[in-house]
Amino acid sequence: MTISRHALLGTALALSAVAAMPAARAGTAEDRGLAIAEEMARRDAGWGDSTVAVTMILGNREGETSTRALRIRSLEVVDADRGDKSLIVFDRPRDVGGTALLSHTHIHDADDQWLYLPALKRVKRVSSKNKSGPFVGSEFAFEDLLAHEVVKYGYKWLRDESCGEGARLRCFVVERYPKYEESGYTRHVVWIDVEEYRPLRIDYFDRKGARLKTMTLTDYRAYAPENAKTYWRAHLWDMENHQTGKTTRLAFGAYDFRTGLNDRAFTSSRLTRVR
Amino acid sequence: MISGYAAWLMRWRWLVIVLTLAAVGAAASGARLLTMSSDYRIYFGPDNPQLQAYEALQNTYTKDDNVMFVLRPADGEVFAPAFLAAMRGLIEAAWKLPFATRVEGLNNFQHSYAEADDLTVRDLVPAGTAPDDAAIAEIRAVALNEPLLVDRLVAPDGRTAGVNVTVTLPQESQAETPELMAEVRALAAAFAEDYPGTRVAVIGTVPLGIAFDEAAQRDLRTLVPAMYVILLLVTVLLLRSLSGTVATLIVIGLSTAAAMGAAGWLGIKLTPASAAAPTVILTIAIADSIHVLVTMFHQMAGGADKRAAIAESLRVNFQPVFLTSVTTIIGFLSLNFGDSPPFHDLGNVTAIGVAAAWLFSIMFLPALMSVLPVRVAARDARRPTAMRTLADMVIRHHRPLLLAMTAVAVTLAAMIPRNQINDQFHSYFDDSFPFRQDVDFAADTLGGVDGLEWSLPAAGSGGISEPDYLRRLDAFAQWLGQQPHVEHVSTISDVLRRLNRNMHGDDPAYDRLPDNRELAAQYLLLFEMSLPYGLDLNNQIDVDKSASRVIARTDRVTTAQLAALDTAASAWLRANFPGAATVSATGPTPMFAYIFQRNIEGMLTGTVIALLLISATLMLALRDLKLGLISLVPNLLPAAMAFGIWAVFVAEVGLAASVITATSLGLIVDATVHFLSKYQRAQRRHGASAEDAIRYAFATVGTALWVTSAILIAGFAVMAFSDFKINAHMGLLTAMAIAAAVATDFLLLPALLLMLDRNRRRRAGRRLAPTAPAAAG
Repeated sequence: MTISRHALLGTALALSAVAAMPAARAGTAEDRGLAIAEEMARRDAGWGDSTVAVTMILGNREGETSTRALRIRSLEVVDADRGDKSLIVFDRPRDVGGTALLSHTHIHDADDQWLYLPALKRVKRVSSKNKSGPFVGSEFAFEDLLAHEVVKYGYKWLRDESCGEGARLRCFVVERYPKYEESGYTRHVVWIDVEEYRPLRIDYFDRKGARLKTMTLTDYRAYAPENAKTYWRAHLWDMENHQTGKTTRLAFGAYDFRTGLNDRAFTSSRLTRVR
Repeated sequence: MISGYAAWLMRWRWLVIVLTLAAVGAAASGARLLTMSSDYRIYFGPDNPQLQAYEALQNTYTKDDNVMFVLRPADGEVFAPAFLAAMRGLIEAAWKLPFATRVEGLNNFQHSYAEADDLTVRDLVPAGTAPDDAAIAEIRAVALNEPLLVDRLVAPDGRTAGVNVTVTLPQESQAETPELMAEVRALAAAFAEDYPGTRVAVIGTVPLGIAFDEAAQRDLRTLVPAMYVILLLVTVLLLRSLSGTVATLIVIGLSTAAAMGAAGWLGIKLTPASAAAPTVILTIAIADSIHVLVTMFHQMAGGADKRAAIAESLRVNFQPVFLTSVTTIIGFLSLNFGDSPPFHDLGNVTAIGVAAAWLFSIMFLPALMSVLPVRVAARDARRPTAMRTLADMVIRHHRPLLLAMTAVAVTLAAMIPRNQINDQFHSYFDDSFPFRQDVDFAADTLGGVDGLEWSLPAAGSGGISEPDYLRRLDAFAQWLGQQPHVEHVSTISDVLRRLNRNMHGDDPAYDRLPDNRELAAQYLLLFEMSLPYGLDLNNQIDVDKSASRVIARTDRVTTAQLAALDTAASAWLRANFPGAATVSATGPTPMFAYIFQRNIEGMLTGTVIALLLISATLMLALRDLKLGLISLVPNLLPAAMAFGIWAVFVAEVGLAASVITATSLGLIVDATVHFLSKYQRAQRRHGASAEDAIRYAFATVGTALWVTSAILIAGFAVMAFSDFKINAHMGLLTAMAIAAAVATDFLLLPALLLMLDRNRRRRAGRRLAPTAPAAAG
């Protein structure tokens, strides 16, 4: 089923009046958590493809900062056994300009990754199960950016509470357990607003169960591509590492939906021609 | 004035006793606030340049403490499936240690290799299946040829392996390190059980901090009771009075309790240095009580009733006891001029204890004695003939004595430069500490127990990828690797060389640095993306990729060896690495290696100020400039002589040596004060000649000086039995300085007085009515 898919960088959720609200109420805490996750995915389904430019700002304890710029193209895959596809192209720093990373996520197996290194003029398939390492030295792991496929996690609803800026919103607080072995985390705690099913905050817990990082998602804007559904996208993602004091902000530009990207744009043979 | 005070004291004796006990109770309750520190950084003041450099480096990369498990299987081969599996278990468990942020071992080393256009990055020893013989052979070959592993996580002979755990302590609670260490020990024990016969050693900065705690606790547990026993014996021997002994032990106990309680209220942390304070206080405090009681018993033996004896004792001892306490306090307070905070604590706590001991000796002790039953056997009031003989001998042979003592002092002083400065934090702990045993074991098997670090800046953002930077970085690493004592060098250039080879189909011809910036930057991007959680490069590259960190791990290096390496490295960088010309080495090893140098800078000022203040106090008390100047000789020589003797027998000084001159000065001066004040009294009151004044001084205070010095020597000698080298050295050096002071006061000072003070005294003698100096008192 396609509803189990939450786009790469997919935090957008459908504002859908037809969404099955009772899902969020039934059964055990585990059922309730799963129902909330499924509802999130349902609301986000159908966006097709998107393109967005991102600025990444890294900071350390000494207050030093460093900036990177990249573009992310994503393709929603409507197939039960295959995940979404994404293409990340680096623009800055200049010495990695043109480097492109193509990922095909899979539900059951390790993801496929190809990297095009312009300085080497070659495409390399990267065989690694690791996606928990820091993404280009930032506080985001690749798995933090990846599609949150519903089936890749176990869930548990914890409570409802006030959340968001000035505690003006109401949130489900849901625990999420990665089912894949290579995760760097034992669990996430996600705050999801009850109205729009948007994640507002995610706490990440490391292998020893200590809180490692907190991501805060703000500056949500609604997009309505032609299918008359509304997709919410956060434009500021702030990650703080509680253990090292390092921070990373992802500042997203405006999303373009339905730009005519198709499967062919997400193949390794096309990587050398990506600009 | 004093007799009025004595009368007041007798009237309110019960009030004084009760109020003193209440006050000490209130102060001592602060002892529950005393905490251990468990952090080696506490030895460095906030302005310490090495500490600042290290903190800046840690803030740029990662702030890390570490625990290193060093594992040596009994059957002598780490590349065995069962052992590798056990190590995997340890690594998995270590990830769950509190505050662990990185765990590195052979198993999870990120092995990268090429297959056509595929790049694979995976654990060197994959989890799950047991590797077969072929796989083991390959793992062994990779590991023993990998510069990032050999000599760091595996010994070149394949017999010892290491698992390094990086922890980032929040530093919010004192319990963090002990809790962590308890779990670390449990893991080590479990491993030894899991794989019987394996020697598991645990080293690193976390165990180091815990070892400091243990040293402090050991001193408190063993030395303080030993001190009590010795002081009990001394008191019984000297006073031969049950009530006197009980009262003395109560006074020194109260002084120590008040001081340690005050330390708690002041938020002072227990370190091996501040834990030495009770021992020092006990030693110093007892002298005050002994002085007061000896005079009192002497009076009673002469027929005086108890109250009169107490009043007379107070009259005689009030000023000298006050003076000696002041000088001792000045000496210990001067420790605040040094850089190392634990020694500030030692100085301040001891100063509080000495002040308390003074107050209790002149208030609480007389009050207590007035209510305790005292029986004194009538003693014959014979003069100590030994002292009289000594006085006559010294006077008769004062010229040869002066020459001989000067010769000895000059010879010993000339030996001082033979002392080599050496602070190796491992060797602070003697062989009885498991930490020291583990460090020695690790040094003998895996190596790399000491180290130096450099942060080498590149030209701007992303500059570490410039071929020129990488070339120089690599040259520096190569150069370091060839230096004596260096066993392993970590540098990012090794990673880039490997990646370049991987990206060219593992062609050995490409086992070299990438030759353009874009290529290096893109390799790094690729590699970073392929690493698992906790094994990133952030501990080696800063966020802006504008600097990288080089770590040289060495065997156990002395301060001299480290300084030689540091200096040579700085010279190399100046000559070959323009961008890093001003970078100097940092890390715990250099921090401790330079701690003496850093501490002595402030202590020189502190010692001079203490000397000036103490000399001024002495001159003021004696109201005599010339005597004050003469007193400088017996006050300064003993420390010099002690260091001279040290140079002959030990010849290695460390942190302890930087504080000894100042603290021993405050103690040594006491004997001089007593001697000179009696000498002066004989001249002023009785118009005695220098010779007779010397005889008088010997007769009146000779025995007391000998006895109090013996107590001090015994007390500091007890400290010399500390398992913690800094304290042992402090005790031994101070004991030696006091012994030298006794020799100087008895043999040199009289000769000096006879040479320098004779003329004036004769004139003074003529002016005053000649009276017999025989009437002692």
